[in-house]
Amino acid sequence: MTAPLIELRHLGKSFGAVRALEDVSLAIGRGEIHCLAGENGSGKSTLIKVISGIWQPDKGEILFDGKPVHAMTPRDAIARGVQVIYQDFSLFGNLSVAENLALSNELQEGRRLVSWGRVRRIAREATRKLGVDLDLDALVETLPTAGKQLVAIARALMSDPRLLIMDEPTTALTGREVEALFRVVRDIQGRGIAVLFVSHKMREMLDISERLTVIRSGQVVAAGPIGEFDEAKITRAMTGQEIAAEGYRWEAQPGRKPLLEVSGLTVPGEIEDVNLRVMPGEIVGISGLLGSGRTELALALFGMKPGHAGSIRLEGRELRLGSVQDAIAHGIAYVPEDRLTEGLFLTQTIDRNMLATSHDRLSRMGVLQGGRAAREAAAMIREMAIATPTGNRPVTQLSGGNAQRVVIGRWLMNDPKLLILNGPTVGVDVGSKAGIHRKIRELARARGLGVLMISDDLPELVDNCNRILVLHRGRLVSEVAAEETSEAALSAQLGALA
Amino acid sequence: MSGLANALRRHPELMVAAVLVLAVVVIGAVNPVFWQPSNIFSLLRASVISGILALAVLLVMLSGGIDVSFPAFAIAAMYLTVKAMIAWGFDGVVLPFLMASGIGLCLGLVNAVFVHYFRMIPLIVTLGTGTAVRGFILGAVGTSQINIGQMPPDLIDFARTELFAVARPDGSMAGLSAMVLVFAVIALLVHLMLRHTMMGRSIYALGGGEEAARRVGFNVRRTTFFIYGLAGALAGFAGLLHGAMIWTANPRDMVGMELDVIAAVVLGGASIFGGRGTVIGAVLGVLTFVVITNSLIILGVDTTWQRIVVGLIVIAATAVTAWRDRKRLA
Repeated sequence: MTAPLIELRHLGKSFGAVRALEDVSLAIGRGEIHCLAGENGSGKSTLIKVISGIWQPDKGEILFDGKPVHAMTPRDAIARGVQVIYQDFSLFGNLSVAENLALSNELQEGRRLVSWGRVRRIAREATRKLGVDLDLDALVETLPTAGKQLVAIARALMSDPRLLIMDEPTTALTGREVEALFRVVRDIQGRGIAVLFVSHKMREMLDISERLTVIRSGQVVAAGPIGEFDEAKITRAMTGQEIAAEGYRWEAQPGRKPLLEVSGLTVPGEIEDVNLRVMPGEIVGISGLLGSGRTELALALFGMKPGHAGSIRLEGRELRLGSVQDAIAHGIAYVPEDRLTEGLFLTQTIDRNMLATSHDRLSRMGVLQGGRAAREAAAMIREMAIATPTGNRPVTQLSGGNAQRVVIGRWLMNDPKLLILNGPTVGVDVGSKAGIHRKIRELARARGLGVLMISDDLPELVDNCNRILVLHRGRLVSEVAAEETSEAALSAQLGALA
Repeated sequence: MSGLANALRRHPELMVAAVLVLAVVVIGAVNPVFWQPSNIFSLLRASVISGILALAVLLVMLSGGIDVSFPAFAIAAMYLTVKAMIAWGFDGVVLPFLMASGIGLCLGLVNAVFVHYFRMIPLIVTLGTGTAVRGFILGAVGTSQINIGQMPPDLIDFARTELFAVARPDGSMAGLSAMVLVFAVIALLVHLMLRHTMMGRSIYALGGGEEAARRVGFNVRRTTFFIYGLAGALAGFAGLLHGAMIWTANPRDMVGMELDVIAAVVLGGASIFGGRGTVIGAVLGVLTFVVITNSLIILGVDTTWQRIVVGLIVIAATAVTAWRDRKRLA
């Protein structure tokens, strides 16, 4: 029996008092697609950095082809055939595609001078190897995400790697791009290159990998051929708890008036003649491909498309939404897709982020009532179950799931009637995701809040919404009750639109 | 994506080339004296020191930092070297320039230590080191100006070398300073280094993303020390050359010059966010800057307006490059 390509034995790594890796053993065979699963903070990234030689483990050993390697540097790892494609791709946006492709090769060969003819030759060779067509002169920053990823993959393949590590490769891709990526990955495997696929998306793991290793708190909690796993088992291993997906049951109460009624809503060039209703306590999903107009619909309802036509009624009252201030004043709240750039003040504390939309309400004659503000912020931190000892900490210290709770909590402080969520759990791990879903349902049920949930994550819509609207090219093309559909049916419907 | 932003990103020197042509045409039209060889020669001569310093700033800006310590380093290198030459009774050209460059190099490495090991923001580091070095020179070395009478004659002779001379209408001769050639050679060397060596590309890579540069396998520490070391050496060289060209070693010289040089480099298309900029752009930026500020006089504009023009150039050039660089986020 031949030794595995790489074997990790009882690796441990601490940073100060924090033990990032407790005891991790893992073996990857030649040409194997291996999936490494774990929630944020489980030690996945530390493990990648140890395998690629960026950090040295405190204990345990790494074996390549059965032979132990000590004090491995990034260069050693690359020389042994390890290539990592990071989530951010680690490309140079300010340099051309050609140079990005050729750089690491030139460095590996220890060149001191650059020949631009050679750079082009290497780059052409790299794109040919991957079988893709890229504009070699384009600056990388001008490429779309999927294009950048291809550059990163092509670059990694240049050095004839034996192990390709891909860190959360599907995060920023659309469904179709994910399929294209998987084809590339299988093609890479066909050449005998092993792939370590790091992810927290269950469906993808089950789809692509042959073996799976799940780590939690720096320890391997489950491992084996993919056939031994199903979604529930992976979730259980990743979170250490049972998270049952159950639909949101919402009963129409007779005699209640609709909370939101939209009719004939049109934003020229973006959405056309959209009609929809949301009842109090209802969670309505909005699905559609990127560019279908779903975000524009949300923005129109949040007063950011002042040029719209058609009518928007909230609790029976006709609204004129000319600005965000109008929308907020009428009790409409919007949690944007990209919370890092649009939703949070990253340099500020959790409290200040919480209070960002409440200053008017909490001020008397223009002076913020500090005591009351602090009390309310603390109450909301408790209500949203945000994991922090005090609201005085920088918001950047929170995990993705907790940061999202801050954004949602901020809006709840103003007691909104309608909550619009755009990609509420993008980049949030399974455990916190379930927590956020639970919270949203509770809010809808207890406060009679109407929720519009826009998401790419179809299971999220099916599980949480009682109705799902499908938007395509700015029009509503169908409406289904969540009970009567499934992720597969919805996915097929979206696929047919593409 | 705007096509103009794209073109500017690929060829950052396009904008400054257009501005320079426009400036030259307008100024020449208003006052034809501009086109006289003596004026052109004097503008070129006036560009030498700013030009060499601009190359130093360009290196730092490409890597994503900013340097405001170079005028202090230049003056320190110049004053120490001239003082030492007088004290030791030494005259010459090559050794003094080596010494000045060496002093600048060492000071630049101090910047690198703070930037690399203490992970400090380059602006703050260089503000600190620049101020401290100026203080040291004035406090520990001397405050008195060294004038023509005491300046080492070989230095002055070297700086007076002319490439060729043409006759003015009145019969006197106007020569083109050989220092322009010195600047051109240094600019060419820096250009070749940036464009055709891995060290040069590592500077661009560092400006594109430090973490990414590390992951690809660049030695970020070596690159950082190279950048600040070379920038310091260029500043030291420029400092001594400046003293030689004005026949004076004044320890209080070049105050506030950092803004002018940074303005010229930004005008030349270098990005304040790092990773973008070229030697050609920086050189054109300096020429444009010198042409505009020095031509205010022949345009009949009061010299007190010069600082306003400098300020406006900084704002306008930064606005255009910032607009260009933000386009990538869209």
